[in-house]
Amino acid sequence: MDVKDIIKPENLVYKKPSLLTDNVTHYCPGCSHGVVHKLVAEVIEEMEIQEKTIAVSPVGCAVLAYNYISVDWQEAAHGRAPAVASAIARLMPDKYVFTYQGDGDLASIGAAEIIHAANRGEHIVVIFINNGIYGMTGGQMAPTTLEGMETATSPYGRDIALHGHPLKITELIAQLPGTEYVTRQAVHTPGAVRKCKRAILKAFKNVGEKKGTQFVEVVSTCNSGWKLNPVKANEWMVENMFPFYPLGDLKG
Amino acid sequence: MADYKLMKGNEVIAEAAIRCGCDGYFGYPITPQSEVMETLMLKKPWEDTGMVVLQAESEVAAINMVYGGAGCGKKVMTSSSSPGISLKQEGITYIAGAELPCLIVNVVRGGPGLGTIQPAQSDYFQAVKGGGHGDYHLIVLAPASVQEMNDFVGLGFDLAFKYRNPVMILSDGVIGQMMEKVKLSEVKPRWTDEEIQKISGSWATTGKKADRDYNIITSLELDSAKQEEFNHKLIAKYNTIKENEVRYEMIDCEDAEYIIVAYGSSSRISQKAITICREKGIKVGLLRPITLFPYPTKIIRELATRVKGFLAVEMSAGQMVEDVRLAVNGKVPVEHYGRLGGMIPTPNEVVSALEEKIIKVK
Repeated sequence: MDVKDIIKPENLVYKKPSLLTDNVTHYCPGCSHGVVHKLVAEVIEEMEIQEKTIAVSPVGCAVLAYNYISVDWQEAAHGRAPAVASAIARLMPDKYVFTYQGDGDLASIGAAEIIHAANRGEHIVVIFINNGIYGMTGGQMAPTTLEGMETATSPYGRDIALHGHPLKITELIAQLPGTEYVTRQAVHTPGAVRKCKRAILKAFKNVGEKKGTQFVEVVSTCNSGWKLNPVKANEWMVENMFPFYPLGDLKG
Repeated sequence: MADYKLMKGNEVIAEAAIRCGCDGYFGYPITPQSEVMETLMLKKPWEDTGMVVLQAESEVAAINMVYGGAGCGKKVMTSSSSPGISLKQEGITYIAGAELPCLIVNVVRGGPGLGTIQPAQSDYFQAVKGGGHGDYHLIVLAPASVQEMNDFVGLGFDLAFKYRNPVMILSDGVIGQMMEKVKLSEVKPRWTDEEIQKISGSWATTGKKADRDYNIITSLELDSAKQEEFNHKLIAKYNTIKENEVRYEMIDCEDAEYIIVAYGSSSRISQKAITICREKGIKVGLLRPITLFPYPTKIIRELATRVKGFLAVEMSAGQMVEDVRLAVNGKVPVEHYGRLGGMIPTPNEVVSALEEKIIKVK
């Protein structure tokens, strides 16, 4: 059978979402960002809300997220995406507003902004990528870095006495009455990817119904920061990250 | 019929914002300007014009809310006082870098640090020379009356959108707290979505339209050559602003032998001082910069060719005086007189300073 006999519209089982641009990705091979970007693009496409979506990118690896998804974007200062998104959502209440933030951005420098935006019940979706490390700046310790984990700024492993505890910010967020749906997902297997997409879809639908802040954490890998190949990184995440950051819905 | 009221400067900022069709105010309480947000919350403009008013968790969040709103092409603003304005500098430089129009009001109090809650003019450098990191300028308006607190809100938004640049009203605790008669602005409706589309649709995040590529609000450029090109574009914009937007007032300068240069509340005190001088037979005029960026350099340079000296009066340790010296360029003496820490100079103190430092009266 010739390849041309296979590549036919009726045989199509999977395609790139039309909202994903053709720009060459800057993410490292094996990084979870690419998969999550694709899921967000698929959800916006399926809901037919491209013209109604305003996205806010963070400072960190996803600072350039605006290069990949074809919706209007604002690039926020480090950690301030929830404040930026709060204003957009209030000034344009007919829009779907989401932030896309990493763990350094959201759980460290932007802890005040996310807690207060969530506590006000701002009608925004927050996509929170937690890989336990600062990727963009070269693998420094994040507030989410696990105990004992070696990073550029905890070269002997995270010592609780010296650096404090890893922060379960999602558990904190879930306690706030302004949040409606709080979940923790991953994208390390096809099954996990499908579940994660359902979570993102639910979050976007909820925000369209003005149900308050929707929070989707995605426990992710950072191959470069963790200094592991993509397969090993996934294994390491399952063994070490999931026991401390268990997957599943925390609320809603 | 004109609407005259007796109002506080800070209250007028709030009233003028509603009347000029402001879409959103984001603030955080700090003395001596808390009346701005208090007035807005009392007036509940969201029920009337649809204006959003939000008390943020911090000045940092408030200025980033302004970034978000301005990025959507909305007329948005914040207000604060010195320590709070320091916190906002991060957002201000991002706003300048992303070329977003907005209005920032600083009702200045004495510093450094927590300083005092009393009036000062010690944030001149911060407002005029940059404040945050990187090469950028705000357009800076200096009101000297409650009337100008009213007028500069509308003017500020006009200039912000004309140049896609943040505008600061650099006021002080005197102008913010004192009550004067004010003629309030005509009520203008907020822009409709269609108007915003026309004015800012080419760059603002109003939702991607089928007939355009998606818009991105950002201050990031990783390619140095492109960043340099952008910096040059900003410089060209600031040069246009310098060319077109200089505003100042001259009082009794025609026959003056000496010039006092003062802005804001210091100019009000200096106005009395020149009256006292004239009564004593000393020919003194007042040059009041209304825009601090762009600065009225040209007129000062011209005056320097025909007067004997300048005294810069400001409630700081000597900040604006540097711009007077740059303009005068050594032609005649330029000296500074100021009170600090929230102390306000009297007209007689200004007269004595002029006599001692410039006229050299024995």
